[in-house]
Amino acid sequence: MGDYAYAAPTTVDSTVELLSSSASSGTRTQVLAGGTDVLVQMRSIDRVPRLIVDVKQLAETNALSIGEDEIYIGAAIPSAILNENAELKGKLPGLIESADLIGSTQIQGRATIGGNLCNSSPAGDTIPALIANSAVCHIVGADGERNVPVEDFVTGVGTNCMADHEFLLGLRVPAPKGNTGDAYLRFIPRTEMDIAVAGAGVRVTLDDGGTCTAARVGIGAVAPTPLLVPDAADALIGTQVDDEALNAAAAACSAAASPISDKRGTVEYRIKVVGVLCKRAGAIARDRAKAS
Amino acid sequence: MAEAVDLKAIGTRPVRPDGVEKVTGRANFGADLNLPGMLHGKILRSPHAHARIKSVDLSGALAVDGVLAAISGKDIPGGGDLGDNVLANEKVLYDGHAVAAVAARSAFIAEQALDQIKVEYEVLNPVLSIDDAIADGATLVNESQHTNGDTSQPASNIAAVTKFERGDVDKGFAEADAVAEGEFRVPTAHQGYIEPHACTATINEEGKATVWCCTQGQFDVRSMTANCLNKQVSDIRVIPSEIGGGFGGKTTIYLEPVAVKLSEISGRPVKMVMSREEVFRATGPTSATLCRVKVGAKNDGTITAATAWLAYEAGAYPGAPVGPGCMSVLAPYDLENFRIEGLDVLVTKPKVAAYRAPGAPQSMHAMECAIDDLARKLGMDPIDLRLKNAADEGTVAPYGPQFPAIGLRACLEAAKVHPNYTTPPAEGQGRGVAVGFWFNIGMQSSAEIRIAENGAVTIMEGSPDIGGSRASMCLMAAETLGIPYENINAHVGDTEATGYCNTTGGSRTTFATGMAVIEACEDIIAQCKERAALTWELDVDQVDWEDGQAVPKPGVNADVKPLSLADIARSAGRTGGPLLGRASLNAQGPGASFSVNWTDVEVDRETGKVDVKAFTGVQDAGRAIHPSYVEGQMQGGAVQGLGWALNEEYIYNDDGVMENAGFLDYRVPVTSDMPMIDTQIVEVPNPSHPYGVRGVGETPIVAPLAATSNAVRDVLGFRINDLPLSPPRVLAAIDENE
Ligand SMILES: Cc1cc2nc3c(=O)[nH]c(=O)nc-3n(C[C@H](O)[C@H](O)[C@H](O)COP(=O)(O)OP(=O)(O)OC[C@H]3O[C@@H](n4cnc5c(N)ncnc54)[C@H](O)[C@@H]3O)c2cc1C
Repeated sequence: MGDYAYAAPTTVDSTVELLSSSASSGTRTQVLAGGTDVLVQMRSIDRVPRLIVDVKQLAETNALSIGEDEIYIGAAIPSAILNENAELKGKLPGLIESADLIGSTQIQGRATIGGNLCNSSPAGDTIPALIANSAVCHIVGADGERNVPVEDFVTGVGTNCMADHEFLLGLRVPAPKGNTGDAYLRFIPRTEMDIAVAGAGVRVTLDDGGTCTAARVGIGAVAPTPLLVPDAADALIGTQVDDEALNAAAAACSAAASPISDKRGTVEYRIKVVGVLCKRAGAIARDRAKAS
Repeated sequence: MAEAVDLKAIGTRPVRPDGVEKVTGRANFGADLNLPGMLHGKILRSPHAHARIKSVDLSGALAVDGVLAAISGKDIPGGGDLGDNVLANEKVLYDGHAVAAVAARSAFIAEQALDQIKVEYEVLNPVLSIDDAIADGATLVNESQHTNGDTSQPASNIAAVTKFERGDVDKGFAEADAVAEGEFRVPTAHQGYIEPHACTATINEEGKATVWCCTQGQFDVRSMTANCLNKQVSDIRVIPSEIGGGFGGKTTIYLEPVAVKLSEISGRPVKMVMSREEVFRATGPTSATLCRVKVGAKNDGTITAATAWLAYEAGAYPGAPVGPGCMSVLAPYDLENFRIEGLDVLVTKPKVAAYRAPGAPQSMHAMECAIDDLARKLGMDPIDLRLKNAADEGTVAPYGPQFPAIGLRACLEAAKVHPNYTTPPAEGQGRGVAVGFWFNIGMQSSAEIRIAENGAVTIMEGSPDIGGSRASMCLMAAETLGIPYENINAHVGDTEATGYCNTTGGSRTTFATGMAVIEACEDIIAQCKERAALTWELDVDQVDWEDGQAVPKPGVNADVKPLSLADIARSAGRTGGPLLGRASLNAQGPGASFSVNWTDVEVDRETGKVDVKAFTGVQDAGRAIHPSYVEGQMQGGAVQGLGWALNEEYIYNDDGVMENAGFLDYRVPVTSDMPMIDTQIVEVPNPSHPYGVRGVGETPIVAPLAATSNAVRDVLGFRINDLPLSPPRVLAAIDENE
């Protein structure tokens, strides 16, 4: 592991200032939330010195509010805390389950949804669930604040739309209304401690007759970035979210996927399984919507 | 004594002597030793699977501030293949092959210095499978390797061919009413010990070296290190640490000669610790195999003939465990006609090391799958088919010797009536049965028993404890001496502190070192009787040893109180000095251990995921000294076998570079993947051991591979021959069959 400097600013302004100045001085800088990606990378990927900017000391990144219209999740809140919040879990069970899939109990004591998103891996488990829930990234930087939909945030394998002087404050998730349910499923060859070979998140809203009035589908690990799949949503809207509709949504996910073959799975495998996951997650989301 | 009755200590389940140290984190493992002035050594490894080394220039590394020594292959002058594996000379033979090493003031400086070493390579074609290695015109891993050393034939990647044959196979197959056959592949798998290889070495101006390391055999580390450095064994002292798993993989050396050499040059102690990636790329794995088997039987189940063609990858140097693979493949069966052929094949992958029952899981996977298919064809229960042909006392094993009392039949009979077997698999699940075998070994051991002034007993022996063997030593000593387990402690001595002892391997420790401990205890008892006779002014043959004390024999007229071990120890100064018992031996008759396993699985037909829902292992332990540790061996071996069956495999790219050198993508099972591993110990005493012990550590890994394959066959309705049964393979097979 290379040399590094560490800073833990306590205000948003001083954090932005630090990021801006170190960016302009050419120092390699990395934001630290739970560190469950950063520390692994510091050990294994390269030995280049860096500045670590810990954002856990900010009130803003620790803010959690469950409003009538919007749920706000601070970027530095560990999954374990989210998972223990019954109200939050009741409203966004699929998103919280996706965070609960990360690592183990020990990892979740530190790992954050913000870190998972900012790490911007194609296989990040919370990202398809965030996409399905129409989550928006609340970003701050030298030019002020801005809001970016999650599906537009990740730009490539490990890259995102934030500039060097920017960081993520939190995530804005529209509060579910009426008969709405979400779900996220991933496939791994084991039961835990693994990376998604494919993942799918679904959120549906049903009317009183059980007809789907709104839907969003996000998929992961089957393309360079997690994807929003409008065709899959369209296959569900206007249906009872029955097997036929779910199969059509599954086919849309398979069609949207452009995976690679690697040590974790083949192209054919991922294309097929992402559809299977969409179908299964869709059925869970539907049942949750009915029960809500 | 094999029929020993009224055992008091043996068969109980006390806390192990090393337990508190381990659960509190106090125990010291390979990487825990630090010495004043110590340097850190790091190894530069080949990025190529196969290349000629044209030059190595260490000067850049030596110029880095904080670097005190740098070496390359020519600095390890001896050891033959072993030395060449420790640091490559003319060619690198696998991705990760060590090429050079540096020692520096910190591990970070050492790592950075590696970047300054210049190696010029001429890259050659990799050889990545048995098919490639034995094809006509194959690239040669070693241009001067001839099969079985026969230089009249052209050089070949087939280092050796082994054959066992009996009877007339063609006639046997002609008599068969049903025949099953197939070609089966098992991938390269790693032992997966949690503790990476680590050592610290120091050498003084007289050329005397001390090495601290995690190993299964300090005496082998001594001789191997001496060989590599052209030194005498007496020049090197090896001190074994606690060990965080070995499973066979810590029976050889990688770092030790390098650390000694770097210490010699720098004049400082040098510590070397591998990363996980290095462990995967450059140590341990066991052979990938290609096995073709065929077996035929009459309608009543009598097997009339069997053949096995077994090709094992050796890695970069000869020495695949194909011999044991051949010995094991048909060992469970009493056969008139068979032919077994084994090939030791060089490929550009790391040199294989022992892994729990080396060679048996692969060949027996193939044969036990074929036997399962045969049972289906005959419409017989798979246990009944095996019972019909089971090897038993008096059977001449395919590899030569006649079996003494063995427990295969007892295991099969126990399995047949086991509630987990008589209850059918749950709805939607399939069940697979397989038999496991390991012959076990004896070899040399020494033990000393020292009695403290208060009568407490210290056992000093030489077998690194990888499975609770110190507890078993204490139990056998408690039984023999007739004293409480709590009064005894066992220590694993370094090469200067205890008598010669072969490596912990071949499931020999509780059997062979245990025998030495028992004999050393008997030596103590003899001495105690003498001391008591002296004290009582009796003849020694008038004294008995009963329940841990000397007593006059029945009928001897002496008005004396029994003398306990503590009594005798307290007054030892007056009766001839301290009590010290010892024994050394070359143990014969280790006694094979057989097992029967069955697995219940579920398969997700849309994702290809295989879930193991239930697993039961029945195994003959001869005598379970500490039943919990026997069960622990059975469970641990089962999990390793299931992991190999389900997901474990080395994945190489086309250039021969390993792509999954870490526990994230080399997928050993996690706890939540596994069902409760149910165990039943069968005890058919080994006639060669005082308490009937058979080694139990290796057999458990053997049968889970085929049991899992057979269960997947059962649930899917068709067979997938190759392992691992990973989701992509299973889903592709389902798609192909539907
Ligand atoms: C054993 C283990 C198991 C794991 N299992 C999974 C799994 O199952 N699924 C999965 O998806 N991941 C898994 N991970 C990866 C990791 O735990 C998750 O991605 C986690 O959510 C990262 O959160 P963190 O807070 O620890 O991020 P950090 O490591 O702190 O940061 C991750 C990245 O995001 C950046 N970053 C973090 N916060 C901000 C911010 N507020 N603004 C700007 N940039 C920021 C960092 O600079 C870094 O690039 C696992 C990791 C380990 C070690």
